[in-house]
Amino acid sequence: MNTVTATMHTDDHAHHGHHENNTVFGFWLYLMTDCLLFASFFATYAVLFMNTAGGVSGKDIFELNFVAVETAALLVSSITFGFAMIGAHKQNRGAALAWLAVTWLLGASFIGMEVYEFHHLITHGHGPQQSAFLTAFFSLVGLHGLHVTAGLIWMTVMFIEVSRRGLPEQTVTRLSCLSLFWHFLDIVWICVFTVVYLMGAM
Amino acid sequence: MSFLGKLSIESVPYHEPIIMVTLAVVAVLGLVIASLITKHKQWGTLWFDWITSVDHKRLGIMYIVLAMIMLLRGFADAIMMRTQLAMATNGAPGYLPPEHYDQIFTAHGVIMIIFMAMPFMIGLMNIILPLQIGARDVAFPFLNNLSFWLTAGGAILVNVSLGLGEFAKTGWVAYPPLAGLEFSPGVGVDYYIWALQISGLGTLLTAVNFLVTVFKMRAPGMKLMQMPIFTWTCTWANILIAASFPILTAVLAMLTLDRYMDFHFFTNEAGGNSMMYINLFWAWGHPEVYILVLPAFGIFSEVISTFTAKRLFGYKSMVYASGAIAILGFVVWLHHFFTMGSSANVNAFFGIMTMVIAVPTGVKLFNWLFTMYRGRLVLSVPVLWTLGFMVTFTIGGMTGVLLAIPGADYVLHNSLFLIAHFHNTIIGGAVFGYLAGFAFWFPKAMGFKLDEKTGKAAFWCWQIGFLLAFMPLYVLGFLGMTRRLNHTDNPDWNIWLYIAMVGAFVIAIGIFFQLLQLFVSFKNKDKLNDTTGDPWNGHTLEWSTASPPQFYNFAHIPHIQDIDAWTDMKERGESYQRPQQYSPIHMPKNTSAGVFMSMSFTVMGFALIWHIWWLAIVGLMAGIGVFIKRCYTRDVDYYVQVDEIERIEQTHLGANTTGANA
Repeated sequence: MNTVTATMHTDDHAHHGHHENNTVFGFWLYLMTDCLLFASFFATYAVLFMNTAGGVSGKDIFELNFVAVETAALLVSSITFGFAMIGAHKQNRGAALAWLAVTWLLGASFIGMEVYEFHHLITHGHGPQQSAFLTAFFSLVGLHGLHVTAGLIWMTVMFIEVSRRGLPEQTVTRLSCLSLFWHFLDIVWICVFTVVYLMGAM
Repeated sequence: MSFLGKLSIESVPYHEPIIMVTLAVVAVLGLVIASLITKHKQWGTLWFDWITSVDHKRLGIMYIVLAMIMLLRGFADAIMMRTQLAMATNGAPGYLPPEHYDQIFTAHGVIMIIFMAMPFMIGLMNIILPLQIGARDVAFPFLNNLSFWLTAGGAILVNVSLGLGEFAKTGWVAYPPLAGLEFSPGVGVDYYIWALQISGLGTLLTAVNFLVTVFKMRAPGMKLMQMPIFTWTCTWANILIAASFPILTAVLAMLTLDRYMDFHFFTNEAGGNSMMYINLFWAWGHPEVYILVLPAFGIFSEVISTFTAKRLFGYKSMVYASGAIAILGFVVWLHHFFTMGSSANVNAFFGIMTMVIAVPTGVKLFNWLFTMYRGRLVLSVPVLWTLGFMVTFTIGGMTGVLLAIPGADYVLHNSLFLIAHFHNTIIGGAVFGYLAGFAFWFPKAMGFKLDEKTGKAAFWCWQIGFLLAFMPLYVLGFLGMTRRLNHTDNPDWNIWLYIAMVGAFVIAIGIFFQLLQLFVSFKNKDKLNDTTGDPWNGHTLEWSTASPPQFYNFAHIPHIQDIDAWTDMKERGESYQRPQQYSPIHMPKNTSAGVFMSMSFTVMGFALIWHIWWLAIVGLMAGIGVFIKRCYTRDVDYYVQVDEIERIEQTHLGANTTGANA
C-alpha cells in the first residue's frame, strides 16, 4: 500500500509539472495565432491608410506627446509585471500583489487615455465611419485596446486568486500565461506606435 | 428597436413549401429520435458519457456524426441544384426561384467545407492521433470538448437559418460589396458571419491543442521523424490552421464592423477596398484546402502501407513533401483572382508557385505507387477509395495546373471548369480520403468491422457518379457556362446538364449504400466483431489497443524505437506483453462547462444576427462566467486504480494468445 501511495505521489507530481509546462507552451502557441490576427489588421491598415476620402489624415489628428505618455504607461507596466513575476516565483505573495496592482493601474491609465483619444476624435467628427483610414485606425488600435481590457479583467481575477489561494504551482502558471499575454501586447503596441503614430505623424 | 430585434413571425418562411416540408421532416425525425432515447432511457448516457465527455475518441465520433449529418444536408442542397439546372434549360424557370437557389448554393459550399469536411477530418484526427503517438489523451481535454461544441454551435446557426430568416445569397465566399449592407440587407450574411466565426474559433483551438499534444506528449523514444505519417500530415494541417484561421477571424470581424457599425473596410464609398477582403479571404481560404487534403494524404499512406503489408516507401520524402505543400499553400492565394488586374509579373509569380505545388504532390503519388510495387495489395474498401482517389485526384491536379496559367484562367475564371476542378480535388482528394479512413479505422473506434459488400457498392456508385456529375462540368466550362446560374438558355449545354444530374443521383445511391452499410454492419456486429484490436495487421500504435480502445488508451506507455512502432514491436516479439506492474492512471473528469460555454456563445451569435442586443450581452457574459467558474473548479481529475486496469487489460491481452502466455 505504501509503495502504491508513493508511486502515486511521484507520478502525480511528474504529471502536474508536465501539464503546467504544456499550458504555457499552448498559450504561447495561441499568442502566435493572435499575432497573425494583429498582422491581418496591420496589413489592412497599410492598404487603407491613404484612403482618407478627402478627410483628415494621420498628420492632422495624431498628438504624439499624448501618445508618448500613453506608450510610456504601457511599457512601464511591462516592467512592473516582471517584478510581480519575480515576487511570484519567490512565493512572495505581498510583492506579487503589490506589483500586480501597480501594473493594473498603469494598464488602466493606458486604456483611459485611449478611450479619451477615441472620444475626442469622434466628438470632433473624425469617427471610424468617416473614411477607410479612420476605419482601419480605430479597428487596429481598438483591437489592441480590447486585448488590454481583456488583460485587465484577467488581472483582476488573478489578483483575487492570488490573495485567496496564495501562489501554488497552478496559480504561478496562470500568472506566467498572463505575463506572456501582457508582454506580447506591449510588443504589438510598439508596432502600433511606430507604424500608426510615428509614421503617420512624421 | 423592439425586444426581439429584427425577429418576428414574418421571419419564418411559411410561404415556401419546400422549406416547410423539410422542416416538418426534420421535426418528425427529431421527435422519433428523442422518443427512442426516452424509451431506452438513454438521456443519461447521452449527457454523461457523450455530450460532456472529454475523451478524444468519443469527441472524434461526435465530430464524425456531425459531419455525416451535414453531408446529408449539403448533399440535399447539391441534388436540388442539379435538378434545378436540368429542369431550367431553354429558358424555363425551373422549380427554385433565384432568391432560394442563391441561398442553396451558398449553404452547400459553407456546409460541405466548414461543417462536413472539417469535422470529418478533425474527427478522424481526434480518434487516431493521440493513439498513434502513444498518448493517453490530448494536451487539453476540456478545450477539446469546447472546440467540438463551438463547431457544433456554428452548425446549429447555419441550420437555424433554414427555418428563421434566410441564409446568405452571396456564394460561400461572401465577397463585398455584395455581402455588404447595401446589397445584402437581410440576416443571411450575418448567419454566415457568426456561424463561421464561432466554429472557426473551435477549429483554431483544436489546432493549438493538437500541436501541443504532438510536440509534448509523444511516447518516450518517439522522435519527430518517427511519428506515423497520418500524425505528420495532421500536424502540418494544424500548423496551417494556426497560421491561417486568425486571418479568417480578422476578415470576418472587419465585414462585421462594416455591416453593423457602418465602417468602411470594404465599401465602395469613403475609400473602402473590397479587394482587401478577397485577398484576406483567400489568404485563409487557400491554406484551408490544404488543411482538408493533407490529412487525407496521410490516410492514403496508412491504408496503402497496411494493405500491401509493407512499410511506406519514402517516409521522409513524404514528411517533407507535406511540409512543402503546407508552406507553398501560403504563397498561392492570388491565383483565386488572377483577373483582379495585378501586373503580369505578379500573376506570373503566383501562377508559377501554384504549378510548383504539383511537384511535392507528384512525389507523394510516386511514393504510394512504389509502396504498392511488388506488394500484395488487398482490395479492401479503404484500398478502393485510395485507388479511386489516385485516378480522380490526378485529373483534378492536372486541371489545377491548367488553371494556374494566368492566361488560361482569364478564359476559365468562375466557369464550371473551375467548379469541376475543385470538386475533383476536394471530393476525389479529401472526401475519398476521409471515407477510406472511415472504413479503415471504424473497427478501432466502434469494435466491429464494416460490411464489405455494401461498402464496395457505395464506392463504385460514388466513383462512377462522381465522374458522371463532374466531367460534363469541364465541358460546360469550355462551352462558356459560368457558375451560380439559376437557369440557362443554350441548347448546346442541355445534354451535359442532364448527364451531370444523373451523376448526382448515382452518388445519392452511393450515400444510400453507406447508410445501408452502417445498418447491415450494426446488425451483424457479432460476426464482424474485432476481438484482437488489430484487424488489418497494422503498423502503428493505435492497433496495439483494444477495439474500441481502453478509455485510458495505454495501461503502460510503450517505449518507441522505430517508425511503425507497432510493427516493430511485433517483429521484436514485444507486442501484448504484460508489464511487471501497473501504476494508477491520472485521468480528467467529464465536464459540462464546454457545452454550456459554447451554447452561450451560440446564443450570443444568434442574438447578434437578429440585433437582439440584450440577449447578445447575456450570452457573452454567460459564456465568460462559465469559463471562470470552470477555472476555479478543483474536482477535475481522478485516478484509475490498478485493479480496474488489471481487469480491463486482462480482457484485451487474453484475446491475443501471445499475451496470455507471456
